[in-house]
Amino acid sequence: MSENANWPLWEVFISSKAGMSHKHAGSLRAADAKMAIENARDVYTRRSEGTSIWVVKTNEVFASDPNDADAFFDPANTKAYRHPTFYVIPDGVKNM
Amino acid sequence: MSNEELERQFQEKIDNEIKIEPRDWMPDAYRNLLIRQISQHAHSETVGMLPEGNWITRAPSLRRKQILLAKVQDEAGHGLYLYSACETLGVDREDTIDDLHSGKAKYSSIFNYPALTWADMGAIGWLVDGAAIMNQIPLSRCSYGPYARSMVRICKEESFHQRQGYEIMTHLANGTPEQKAMAQDALNRFWWPAMMMFGPSDNDSKHSAQSMKWKIKRFTNDELRQQFVDATAPQAELIGLKVPDADLKFNESTGHYEYGEMNWDEFWQVVNGNGPCNKERLDARRKAKEDGMWVREAAAAYAKKQEKKEKRA
Ligand SMILES: [Fe+2]
Ligand SMILES: [Fe+2]
Repeated sequence: MSENANWPLWEVFISSKAGMSHKHAGSLRAADAKMAIENARDVYTRRSEGTSIWVVKTNEVFASDPNDADAFFDPANTKAYRHPTFYVIPDGVKNM
Repeated sequence: MSNEELERQFQEKIDNEIKIEPRDWMPDAYRNLLIRQISQHAHSETVGMLPEGNWITRAPSLRRKQILLAKVQDEAGHGLYLYSACETLGVDREDTIDDLHSGKAKYSSIFNYPALTWADMGAIGWLVDGAAIMNQIPLSRCSYGPYARSMVRICKEESFHQRQGYEIMTHLANGTPEQKAMAQDALNRFWWPAMMMFGPSDNDSKHSAQSMKWKIKRFTNDELRQQFVDATAPQAELIGLKVPDADLKFNESTGHYEYGEMNWDEFWQVVNGNGPCNKERLDARRKAKEDGMWVREAAAAYAKKQEKKEKRA
């Protein structure tokens, strides 16, 4: 197939209702952003699953390396004191 | 890390029901098996639009037209989810499509049977989508993340497909004697091809064991086929239609239906390209790509032009 006809890949993010964050729904091919949004509507919101769509070119998404995940997320593993359940408080205390 | 160690960690993840994601290490054989299976699944969805698409303008009422159009549109979406899932494994979607068009890649044989009457729209929705659901529900727990997620979405959409088909069959079965005969005829023609959708018997299925170990497959072909018969036979009976199998009977002690021998010669004939519609289906897919090429090129050229304009501004 000719190079000119190969449309780039886009990642699609959908917010299901106002106030909710956008969640990854899938990907699709489109020539430009406008077409990507229209195709995303037709493919991922046929049953009213969305009120807002974001599209991002797949090759412009940068991600952490899954192979380094252990070391990369390690700093958070030893900090239990960042969670409320870490603290010992008297029984019977109210509104806390 | 050595390959054995990587492979051991990989299998450990699978055993612990941790999904494999696109950038995780995976054995080449796992990747290749998935590419083959997901792309063939995608081809089945898109080729599957052809027998039904052909009936949209001939559907007997506006309601039926709308429903059929929505169903066919869903199938196009299913094809797209699956091609996208396949692309995460590092293949180009267009290459997998070209493999279909050259005859190298297969798709579900069921779509090589013609849809001759309106009742066939009922039989296809009820039996073909019904069998597809049986296959796809366990696939939504498959070990490969993108494939599993696309299956979750597909299964949600699929259940209306089966119900609309059964509704068509119910109406015809309760209609005039001619309508009922038409429904029975459709059941007669689609029953066995639908049974064969689960693939060869376990004894002859070459990929089964490895697929099970990697949790791509969760049930064997024969187990799924049994589930299908158990679910579908009473549905036929309920609307007064007869499954075309003289050996079909309910076994009280096992709680399952027993069914007759399948015509595997026919199965392999159709798989190998000699079914009634193999050529027509592939010609239609090729033509769609060729005839639509100018649209793709024009849209790409337009996008490039717009981009240049924006840069200048
Ligand atoms: Fe489908
Ligand atoms: Fe379907």
